[in-house]
Amino acid sequence: MATPYEKRRQRKLFLTLVLPAFAGAVALSLVAISQTQVYAYAPSTMPTRQELGTREVRLAGLVAEGSLRTGADNQVAFIVTDGVADVPVTFTGILPSLVAENEGVIAQGKLGSDGVFTADTVLARHDENYEAPEVMKALEEAAEKQAEY
Amino acid sequence: MPNALEKLANPEVFTRRTRPLILPFGAAAAVLLLLGSVIALFFSPPDFRQGESVRIMYVHVPAAWMALQTYAMIAVASLVGFVWKHRLADIAAREAATMGLAFAVLAIITGGLWGKVTWGVFWDWDPRMTSVLVLVFLYLGYIAIWQVIENEFTAARAAAILAMLGAVNLPIIKFSVDWWDSLHQKATVIREGGPSMPASMLTPLLIMALGYTCLFVFFLLMRIHTVLAKKKAPQRKASSARLEEAPAS
Repeated sequence: MATPYEKRRQRKLFLTLVLPAFAGAVALSLVAISQTQVYAYAPSTMPTRQELGTREVRLAGLVAEGSLRTGADNQVAFIVTDGVADVPVTFTGILPSLVAENEGVIAQGKLGSDGVFTADTVLARHDENYEAPEVMKALEEAAEKQAEY
Repeated sequence: MPNALEKLANPEVFTRRTRPLILPFGAAAAVLLLLGSVIALFFSPPDFRQGESVRIMYVHVPAAWMALQTYAMIAVASLVGFVWKHRLADIAAREAATMGLAFAVLAIITGGLWGKVTWGVFWDWDPRMTSVLVLVFLYLGYIAIWQVIENEFTAARAAAILAMLGAVNLPIIKFSVDWWDSLHQKATVIREGGPSMPASMLTPLLIMALGYTCLFVFFLLMRIHTVLAKKKAPQRKASSARLEEAPAS
């Protein structure tokens, strides 16, 4: 059996080492959760300009078909949609190569008073589906044929 | 305590039973990892969207799976050690921790490289990435407890408590992509409706995952055997002397 001294020492170690470690881990998780609870807004759940102020937020959705425009000096404009609402986005810089029309995107930036979202970072988002290119091409061709009849 | 577990608690029995397993696991790991890499790099197709960068998956996904499974194994072994004072379970948990840390760090590094190519960033405070980072800190804390506390019994109990409490992070990691809107995509393989991946990609992925598992078992057994041999070494002289004195039974 442990002597009272050893027991006290064990309790002290538990209090000084294990509890802080666990508290730290939980605190980190909670910070992560509170930050990421609103990791990104969809165009239809985007708060108004009054609610947001100049706070930086993320906007997630699909790049609307036919909306992607690239101008001079790496000026990019596109519309992010979730099928319910649309938000126009402007961005200056080079887009990740996976950013394309009808593909997922996350834009980080501020909503202007004119309703245009000015992004300082644009990330490409892909879903969990993987497929070989030839198979995808064959599937698309089959779908087109189906549509013709 | 279940009877089989009680028998394995004896270091002699454990060493005798598991020694013949070490070489097969090591050989299986070498063969599977080599075979999996060759199929993944040369015979599996690129992805229709991500192109060749999808091949990082064959290193990244098994590493992430192993990081979670190793932690789950440590938590279960800690419970067994904590409740039944099973010394060998404590040793198994301790010896698995550095490998779990290595898997978690490998998952983060390869994930960053993959993310840079596909998403456009190495790191983002996304729920999946943040929760895996917490896992890294849990591994570090667990290893630190064993290093800091000199009394092995006290260290085992303190480390076991951290391991068991920290297990709450495992479902958070797994379901982070479902509970929150994240940059990381949702589960591809373990999900309702089966894997959304062609067999030509799933086969090398599963071979690699099996290879990682065999490698883990191989190293874990080697490490436990080393610890047991070290524990035994200084006492050998005394115990053999006692054996000589004792009358044959």
